[in-house]
Amino acid sequence: MSSADTTSAQRVVAAADHGAAPLGRRAGRAAFWLLKRLFGGVLVLWATATVIFILQALTETNRAKSVIQQLSGSSQNPTKADVGAFNSKFGLNESVFHQYWSWIGGLAHGNFGISYFQHEAVTTIISRELGPTLVLTFVALALAWVLAVGVTVLAAGRNNFASRLATGFQLLCASLPTYWVGTIFLVVFALDLGWFPVEGATGVSGLVLPAVTLALPVSGFMGQVIQDEFTSVLGQPFVLSARARGMSDIGVRVRHVIRHATLPALTLSGWAVGYLFSGAVLVETVFARPGIGSVLVNAANEGDVPVVSGVIVASAAVYVLANIVVDALYVVVDPRLKSA
Amino acid sequence: MSTINPAYEDFRDETTALRKRLIAFARSVPIGIWVAAIIVLAFVVAAVAPGLLETQNPYSLDLVGRLAAPSGAHLFGTDQLGRDVFSRVVAGARQSLLIGVGSTLLALILALILGMLAGLGGRIADAIVSRVIDVAFAFPVLFLALMVVTVYGANVASTLVAVALGTTAGYARMIRGQLIAVRDAGYVEAARVTGHPFSKIVWRHILPNALRPLLALFTLGIGNSIIWASGLSFLGLGVPPPAPEWGALLDAGRDYTTIAWWLEVMPGLAIVLLAVSVTVLGRHVQARLEGKIRTNLI
Repeated sequence: MSSADTTSAQRVVAAADHGAAPLGRRAGRAAFWLLKRLFGGVLVLWATATVIFILQALTETNRAKSVIQQLSGSSQNPTKADVGAFNSKFGLNESVFHQYWSWIGGLAHGNFGISYFQHEAVTTIISRELGPTLVLTFVALALAWVLAVGVTVLAAGRNNFASRLATGFQLLCASLPTYWVGTIFLVVFALDLGWFPVEGATGVSGLVLPAVTLALPVSGFMGQVIQDEFTSVLGQPFVLSARARGMSDIGVRVRHVIRHATLPALTLSGWAVGYLFSGAVLVETVFARPGIGSVLVNAANEGDVPVVSGVIVASAAVYVLANIVVDALYVVVDPRLKSA
Repeated sequence: MSTINPAYEDFRDETTALRKRLIAFARSVPIGIWVAAIIVLAFVVAAVAPGLLETQNPYSLDLVGRLAAPSGAHLFGTDQLGRDVFSRVVAGARQSLLIGVGSTLLALILALILGMLAGLGGRIADAIVSRVIDVAFAFPVLFLALMVVTVYGANVASTLVAVALGTTAGYARMIRGQLIAVRDAGYVEAARVTGHPFSKIVWRHILPNALRPLLALFTLGIGNSIIWASGLSFLGLGVPPPAPEWGALLDAGRDYTTIAWWLEVMPGLAIVLLAVSVTVLGRHVQARLEGKIRTNLI
């Protein structure tokens, strides 16, 4: 045996030692990273709350009149006393700065204000309705992943009829309006074929149609991104070397290529949470599912500003958390980022 | 003969060259793109001159012929008040296209301002604008739109502004990335080293190259905006009735889906057809601009 071999092996070991930080330091770094991200998230939430405050503060003058008229069901101008009572109950007669301060301060203490119409704390309403919406969005996200990855692994980088069909399918999915697809599904699979409950069902069978409806456009977007990346990774040297070792085509795709191709889709998943929330509102309306959607639509119709504001802040919080999780997952999928 | 007047020969060569280029261009465009272009053109005609396509007055009632299935007389059937659905879909094209084009334009203008501030305004401006974009991303498109509608009421202007605000952040991020990529490119560095003033570099080198994808972005955005806007109307929070906006048509037809599927299917098909066609066109323009398809034109 030549000594050159051992020295090069030693060099590799030494390099590996150098690259891996001690476990303690790595944990410390991870904690620091998490703190930094959480702090950034809080800043984003503060900015979100501020934007909402500014948007609603611009039209404060007529609010008492409109709400009182809707509550009493008459179009007469409310008395001064009624308006005064309403304004003082919801703090609208305070100065703008005081209102802003109590809005932000309230949020910091988990107090999102009181609904104009339902006489309930906004947090109570949100915590009651958020569950079904979260279940719907995350099931849809998982479904979208399965669809996008499945189609890509089978179709990307091939130029045959099936792959063109798959690309067309993804394009179509990305341009389909959720509310329309949902209605069609409802008519065909629930009303005509009777495979699924028509509306309002809470069990698993009631979740199938809404989740598929919501997943389709997201899988379309994600599939397009994954497929682009997948195709470019297929040309990488390590793919050639895996092939040269005698690995089967499907093996190469599943073992080597998909890991790379999922990275951009992972980034997209963070963004998709926002998109899924928007879609969930529409899908919940179509299928008459309980959740944030119906709350939001009713509140927007009535002009129930505290509820709409609170729901947006809550959804922004979920979005921020989801994105921190996505960034953490990034390191798991791509170990090259560990040292960065 | 041709030797007598060489100038004529040159002229003739030029016209045939142009014709050849046009033919080459037409041949380089796949058939699917032509189909998409024709569909978009049909929608534009419907928006500009609905009278050419409408078979009946979209507002005239016919209580005897309510909820009639599609037939020769009523291509898409009639609605619960006996109005011709085909004519209503045609009449709705104007509003939907107006909102789609208008909100995409507004969003792109806002995004350009943000993107240029971030990409060319220096490190501090970039940091601030990037945070603003991050915050905007935390608002789901529809939620932001609903906030605008809650506060300013449901009407065409709210819908347009709401959809524009909701989609700006995505465009701004793309434009910023593009500007930064071009800003750091070799030819810009070369221009800087040669001593050209910054403003000239921006106008001559950075903007033309960085903003080339805008056309594709604009085309792709229209379909997206139309879908969001009709989503708002579908929730009953967009364009108020009796305007025949597509989303509003879907919303109105929802109560009758079991007995009159055409009320739901036909306006939806219009949205899908337009959105898919615009997206196909946009992607083709994109491929051309990125040099994946080469011809002498465009």
